[in-house]
Amino acid sequence: MHIRTVFTPRLQDSVKVGGCGNCHVSCQSACKTSITVSNQPCERKEKK
Amino acid sequence: MKTLNLSKVDWQGDIHWFKYNDLNLLLDVNSGSIHIIDEALETVLKELKTNNECTVLNEDSWLNALPRSTNLLGAETVNEVCQELAAKQQEGTLFNEDIVGKSYCPPKPTLQALCLHVAHECNMCCRYCFADGGPFGGERGLMSKEVGKKALDLLFNESGNRPRVEVDFFGGEPLLNFDLVRELVRYGRAKAAATGKKISFTLTTNGLGLNSEIEKYLIDNKISVILSLDGRQQVHDFNRKDIRGQGTYERIVPKEQHFVELQNHEDYWVRGTYTHQNLDFASDILHMVELGFRYLSLEPVVAAPEMEYAIKEEDLPIIAKEYQRLAKVYLEATEKGQPFSFFHFNIDAATGPCLIKRLTGCGAGTNYLAVTPMGELYPCHQLVGKKDYCIGNVNEGITNDDLRQKFLNAYVYNQEECIHCWARFYCSGGCKAGNLASNGDILKPAKISCAIQKMRLEAAIYVQVKEWMKNCQ
Repeated sequence: MHIRTVFTPRLQDSVKVGGCGNCHVSCQSACKTSITVSNQPCERKEKK
Repeated sequence: MKTLNLSKVDWQGDIHWFKYNDLNLLLDVNSGSIHIIDEALETVLKELKTNNECTVLNEDSWLNALPRSTNLLGAETVNEVCQELAAKQQEGTLFNEDIVGKSYCPPKPTLQALCLHVAHECNMCCRYCFADGGPFGGERGLMSKEVGKKALDLLFNESGNRPRVEVDFFGGEPLLNFDLVRELVRYGRAKAAATGKKISFTLTTNGLGLNSEIEKYLIDNKISVILSLDGRQQVHDFNRKDIRGQGTYERIVPKEQHFVELQNHEDYWVRGTYTHQNLDFASDILHMVELGFRYLSLEPVVAAPEMEYAIKEEDLPIIAKEYQRLAKVYLEATEKGQPFSFFHFNIDAATGPCLIKRLTGCGAGTNYLAVTPMGELYPCHQLVGKKDYCIGNVNEGITNDDLRQKFLNAYVYNQEECIHCWARFYCSGGCKAGNLASNGDILKPAKISCAIQKMRLEAAIYVQVKEWMKNCQ
């Protein structure tokens, strides 16, 4: 095997159900520790 | 017959492969899929990328289209690799086209979070302070109850159907106006109960003013706390001084240690800054771990390029190696049973935020506003004091609709340099204020921040994959 798949989040599918606003607003500035949007969990998922 | 359709692949923006420590990794940008690849597959990918004639290939044609790989690896291996690539494309985890960019329209702006500058005063005077020691280039002062309450009224009124609102107590140093913090927590909670929304609070402090009464209040009221500490004493004291110019390490460390013990390590980040003058910052993280802190973050300094402590372009290769070292240190600590959390390695690679969130980014000027002690509104805390960026006030709300529209449209698909970048769904085009400071344009990414962001993302992806591999064993 030459390729081993680790994660498959299917990001483009999330467009259909995303944008609910359950997650935190995330500052991208280095002076607040929340710079990378991808650090956030999806809180809609957690509610399921 | 298996087919490999590469006709729509943007090799720069749709796919990214990289070697990190002991692994070769491949990110399919549009699906977010992450793969471990071997050198044979990398060889084939390189040839596919450079050969413009390789657009649609099948079992009958791919060997002829890949003469260099076939020569190096042999026909059997190249055939295996192409079969696997075709299978991955078919299952939707590789070579996906960006189908969202052409039709994306940002959601209606809805206010969700406020950064309340409750004090444009500080009990410290850090060398690299972007707030000019507290007042952000303006007058020193504390926020009044009236302004604070009006700000929260605005937040609730403008939050539409958002189920939650967020408030960060910021400064200057917010502990210098702690009576207001208490008042606004009470007021905000009452409003949340009345409107059926959730409200969460964070507080960012330098730690110097912590005492048992404040600690108890923060813990009892479930306020998430960000505590400042730069790491090793000589590093911390060089930059983080009190108003008399004395280092603060010896006073702050015991207070912060006491606080995190008291709250049972539940809801805090110890957050430091690294500069041009401590590029061996993994040692500062290690020092924080030795001090007993578990939730850690370290950020590159926000500074004008002419400052001696600003990160320089020539620092970037050193910083890249330091993140590689930090990734190793992080994994070793987990292996030894003494894990710590490093904020930027915590990406949720398996799912993470939806694409809309990734495109919206921080929401500065739309979902997120900063409020000064005088009640002025700015798109974010870093823009406070830049009068051209004053977007309204707590009495009238948003008064500068053009500015709001400008920030609403500041998403990656409108940032020319980001459209073809593999990191676009992770950084969301970067910090708008940082872009403005570097290039005079919120849409033009800051070169150094951008480079650091990418190296940190590679480290994070590597760490996530290593942890996945460990769990698979």
